[in-house]
Amino acid sequence: MPDATELELTAQELRDAHTESILDTSFHRDRATLIANPQLIREVLGHLERKGYTMLASLHGVDYYPEEPRLGVLYEMLDMKRVDRISVKARVSIDDPHIPSVVDMFPTADFPEREVYDMFGVVFDGHPDLRRILMPEDYEGYPQRRDFPVGGEPVLFTYNEEQSYGKYQ
Amino acid sequence: MEVKREKIPADFRIRQLQARDMLRGDLEGEDLDRYVEERVLTTTVDKAVGWAQGNSIYPLTFGLACCAMEQIHIVAARMDIARFGFEAFRASPRQADLIILSGRVSIKMAPVIRRIWDQMLEPKWAISMGACCSSMGVFNNYALVPSDKFLPIDVHVPGCPPRPEALMHGILRLRDLIQGHAREGWRARYDAVGTEELLPGDAELGSPAINVFKPGDTAGA
Amino acid sequence: MSTGQQTPTEQSLSEEYRRRESSITLSAEPAGEGESHELLTLNIGPHHPSTHGVLRLLATLEGEVVRDIKPIVGYVHTGIEKTAEDKAYWKVIPVVERMDYLSYYFNAMAYCGAVESLLGVEVPTRAQYLRVIHMELNRIASHLVWLGTSALDLGAISMFWYTFRDRELVLDLFEMSSGQRMHTRYFQVGGVFEDIPRGFEQKLRAFLKLMPTRADQYADLFEKNQIVIERLRNTGVVDRETLLKLGVTGPLLRAAGEPWDLRKAHPYSSYDQFEFKIPVGTVGDNYDRYRVRHAEFYESVKIIEQALDGLPEGPFITTARKVALPPRHELATSMEALIHHFKLVTEGFRVPPGEAYYPIESPRGELACFVRSDGSAKPARVHMRDPSFVNLQALEPMVRDGYIADLIATLAMLDPILGGIDR
Repeated sequence: MPDATELELTAQELRDAHTESILDTSFHRDRATLIANPQLIREVLGHLERKGYTMLASLHGVDYYPEEPRLGVLYEMLDMKRVDRISVKARVSIDDPHIPSVVDMFPTADFPEREVYDMFGVVFDGHPDLRRILMPEDYEGYPQRRDFPVGGEPVLFTYNEEQSYGKYQ
Repeated sequence: MEVKREKIPADFRIRQLQARDMLRGDLEGEDLDRYVEERVLTTTVDKAVGWAQGNSIYPLTFGLACCAMEQIHIVAARMDIARFGFEAFRASPRQADLIILSGRVSIKMAPVIRRIWDQMLEPKWAISMGACCSSMGVFNNYALVPSDKFLPIDVHVPGCPPRPEALMHGILRLRDLIQGHAREGWRARYDAVGTEELLPGDAELGSPAINVFKPGDTAGA
Repeated sequence: MSTGQQTPTEQSLSEEYRRRESSITLSAEPAGEGESHELLTLNIGPHHPSTHGVLRLLATLEGEVVRDIKPIVGYVHTGIEKTAEDKAYWKVIPVVERMDYLSYYFNAMAYCGAVESLLGVEVPTRAQYLRVIHMELNRIASHLVWLGTSALDLGAISMFWYTFRDRELVLDLFEMSSGQRMHTRYFQVGGVFEDIPRGFEQKLRAFLKLMPTRADQYADLFEKNQIVIERLRNTGVVDRETLLKLGVTGPLLRAAGEPWDLRKAHPYSSYDQFEFKIPVGTVGDNYDRYRVRHAEFYESVKIIEQALDGLPEGPFITTARKVALPPRHELATSMEALIHHFKLVTEGFRVPPGEAYYPIESPRGELACFVRSDGSAKPARVHMRDPSFVNLQALEPMVRDGYIADLIATLAMLDPILGGIDR
């Protein structure tokens, strides 16, 4: 992991290259996070890619329920030569959950972005095929949001119980 | 010529008397039922057919999730399902008569399973293997459907995942069911009749549960 | 019927037929040149004879050649991540274990590692070694299933019986240490649930002596077979750069020549104490993928031997009472132990707020767990970065312009586990 000073240097480079791109940095328990402006996420990730973080290991979403902006998209970048990881967090509000897609820069983001759209409702502008991937195509609602109920149903054992009551248990 | 008459054995005498009563129209109730059962040819043929069907079940190659791994183990060498004759897993639902729902059934998969079930030809049976498809299992949430909702299940096998021995036990109970001598439930064996929650009258009143599968339901097939 | 004269209508019909017949060109031009040939979209549906789970593929074929493939997943989506938000931290372990259902110890390790890094607890060395032993046994078991079912797909059914015979031995070992064959809930936050019983070591050593011989037998049976070589050599080739761009990790990436293994690159749970090699392929075709996974059998055996030889004495779970249950004999004598036990069982431990991402090397690639905690006893977000989910995107470049039979072989060598893809 980059340590705290290196993280700050990276953040400063990014702020110099593109103003308003890094909103904050966070370093907690060996984990370096850059909190980026969602509209400039492509520039941030492109800069990090040129710096050596060539693999996008994971792209996932988080719902920070009471805090605004609610929906966060996390990009875990991996530098394979120096074995370094850095995370980039971009938070969008739930009223306008649009963020540019990074599929052309990192083809690995195809399925994960569809999953974040499916589970949270974050729309990735520029994604070639943004449809639901895990839920049925016509499902309504975004299951992983914190205000979506867990669901479930009472257990039914009705078929055999009613027809052949008492005979086969 | 001397006709040797043997002493008529007792049960033969009983049968004579039953035949006499039958002809007179005196036989009724349980005696009549038993009389018909013992004599009418289709019942014996039914039993023979049931014996044959039970000994040659063709399961469908259908594995959903973790329980499928234990289902594969039942085919493997240690817990050999070929001992019983069920090793011919068919890939096409038209050729299979047993579907073992091994694993969690998600809402996207449920219509697919229903379609496969409809493609299977009568007589067909279904085993719900594992806790997830029987009763939601570990994951009682928005994404899963209990298999009772869309399929008439004959045997539920509990476990997460059930051991291959447990699944084997479930398949053998199904075989007993097919052959017509279903094993008694635990309540009869442990003399616990009277502890049921559903009283005989409640079934007729109509159950509060929705989407109950009654026999004869096709439910949009 | 007179053989000579034909009626006028029959004559014109036969002429018509001859005319149409001569217009069909049976030239040997390759597909794509000349006239456009019809594309057929074939649905290799969620229920199919191969045993890779409910994966649906929409294959667009031109003759026998695959032009495009679209995987459709979601048929075993279980909402694991949503369920995990509803449970206390240690109750999430059985839920998360059932994700990638062939590498259950790895799922638990990734999750426990993430929670441990959030809590800041230190896992004792004995627990780390026990974790390594069980994880490598699970790697062997997972590769045995892969080998058996892939051979089954290719038609080599004998391999299926042999590999599952050996997998039964591994599952016996798991049953000995934890009581369950699969989904054992053996890894806990801070260590392992229980120490290994007496007799485990003997049985494990017997298995370790047996396994390399068995792996040799599999190689003898499978590798030099002409059909296997024809089907696997030079099929499904993708170069290394495309795989890196697609985020593919694990044996698929190693088969293409990139020596990337998280056990060596970023060792966790005392993997740096063991000496083992990483098999790396050259061409990146299906045969290399088979060889890489097969070589991992021997390496895993080596690791387990070293771990067993060097197994240190000590506690098998962290001694931090706020995280791990106290041993039961203490409950009779110590009041604090009783209170801790009560608190842990009813509410569970609380984790200070933060986020953690813990990557490990599972049999399929980089398996990572992201846990976000908000200070309460239940996690606020658990996300598993599953390797099969990302590796499935590489299926399309692998099978494009290949035959449909090669599609089956490539899918077998890709080793997708739908439980992990769909979560």
